[in-house]
Amino acid sequence: MATLAPPDSTEAVVTVPGQRPPRRRYANAMYPHWFVLPGAAIFLVLFIAPTFASFYYAFTRWTLFDVEFIGFDNFVTFFTDPQLSKGFVNTLIFGGLTSGLKIVLGLLIGVLLTSEIWARGYLRAVIFFPVLVSTVGVGITFQALMDPYDGAINQALAWVGIDGPGWLTDPNLALYSIIAVDVWRGVGLAALIYMAGLVAIPQEYYEAAKVDGASGWHRFWNITLPLVRPATTTVIILSLIGGLREFQLIWVMTGGGPGFASDVLASVIYKQYAYGFFGLSTAGNVVLFVVVSAIILPLFWWLNRKQTDL
Amino acid sequence: MSRAVTRHVTGGLAVLVSAVVFLVPFAFIVLQSFKTGQDSATLKFTWPVDFVLLENIVTVFQTRDYMLITAFINSTILTVLSVSIMVVLSAMIGWVLARRPSRWNPVITFFILAGLIVPPAIVPTAWIMQSLGIFNTLFGLALIEVAYGMSFCVLLFRAFVSNIPRELDEAATIDGAGPIRLFFQVGFPLLKSVIVTAIVVQSVAVFNDFANPLYFLPGEENATVQLTLFNFQSQFQTTWNLLFTDILLITIPPLVMYIFFNRQIVAGMTSGAIKG
Repeated sequence: MATLAPPDSTEAVVTVPGQRPPRRRYANAMYPHWFVLPGAAIFLVLFIAPTFASFYYAFTRWTLFDVEFIGFDNFVTFFTDPQLSKGFVNTLIFGGLTSGLKIVLGLLIGVLLTSEIWARGYLRAVIFFPVLVSTVGVGITFQALMDPYDGAINQALAWVGIDGPGWLTDPNLALYSIIAVDVWRGVGLAALIYMAGLVAIPQEYYEAAKVDGASGWHRFWNITLPLVRPATTTVIILSLIGGLREFQLIWVMTGGGPGFASDVLASVIYKQYAYGFFGLSTAGNVVLFVVVSAIILPLFWWLNRKQTDL
Repeated sequence: MSRAVTRHVTGGLAVLVSAVVFLVPFAFIVLQSFKTGQDSATLKFTWPVDFVLLENIVTVFQTRDYMLITAFINSTILTVLSVSIMVVLSAMIGWVLARRPSRWNPVITFFILAGLIVPPAIVPTAWIMQSLGIFNTLFGLALIEVAYGMSFCVLLFRAFVSNIPRELDEAATIDGAGPIRLFFQVGFPLLKSVIVTAIVVQSVAVFNDFANPLYFLPGEENATVQLTLFNFQSQFQTTWNLLFTDILLITIPPLVMYIFFNRQIVAGMTSGAIKG
């Protein structure tokens, strides 16, 4: 999160040589480089090395028995298979919608919970609750609640005379139902990040604006929103990264179904892995890697460039 | 006094909405876990006919030869091992990154961000673990969790360390402390609040993780708590009451942790991660 921190914490941003105040040489010896090594070793062997390996194996037909180089075949299979293009589109929908909703709702809840309202302590506790239940637990619970016939949601709708849909059984709805659950689960964290950002805004600005006669809405639009930008950046980046890679919730709730209506890249990758098509699965990994990087990196650069200074 | 009224009305409304949106699903879990199998099979949101929570708990524990107990032990070992390695190593990295400007920092930052962004490649990872002889071992899975969780921790620590004044470091240096003593005796205590944040966040994440054990620790004797949920779901039938009892049981540890450290999490997040 450091790079998402504002530039005033000078060390947190990537520094350019020559811009720093010179430090005495003996001080550097107190912070030896080898401190980085043990962590770096684990990280390089178990994360970076497999990532590099995946760029080779994505071009192979890789089974339990042998590895054979087949060029771009996996990727061709990937994009000609309708199931796959579906997973590709769904990944974008899932990532975009979940992070958009988390920003709007998270900010709303954040503002509400940093204002002086009644029962604030209770609300802060309850909003964070879903984070504690495991994804699998949440998925199973909502599977039951979204049951088309007896599920609590449709029971409640039936009460007011609405015939509830098959939330997870209707191919057009399944993905959006999972999106709703993901937002339900993740909005607490977004709100927490926003609360941290909101608390840091100096009250003087609001007082000055009040003196100038700015309305509550104006104060929100012209003070809160620009100054809470670092938090927005954090929420966008974190929720997009999580959303584009989401697997557990989808896997538990629909298994990518009905058919492959709610398949995303991550679930396709797992399915191919489970079928033993290791090459195809790894190609999926590479596709996901490209998708996530192509979205996050420009966004990251753009958001950090437009930081507001406090 | 109109402001006080608004405050209470908004608060009251928020409480109402939160109750429907957040409390109902939890009430549902609890209600189902009190029910008998037949009673829970309808999935209806109703008051239990008979209260059999204790029997359910006993049954859940007995299932598959006390698999849940094994799973709890496995999950506890995994969580403690991976989080302690993760926190110490990440704190060391964050400490040096924030305190010592160097040409390597942009490179390291790039890798940290890659760790956050890049989706892990499952098959090659399993293959590398296999050749190291740590595939399908708790220790191997713990190292995986360390590798995947480290980026987040390093960023958290680095942001925090850059806000700590250096005077204490300098004083300790003048008193003749070496780098290791400086870090463990000066740095670590200063980092306490953010370390607690990292421990809580990552412990909950590791304990609740389901995907990585599924990939890298297959097999029943190695089950972690999340995988026990599949004991009560089969292709033909789901015993909902036992399933929800199990969910309830495996949510207790994260819940206890959260209740204990609630304030600390918020404090750590506010002081470290995002300074407005």
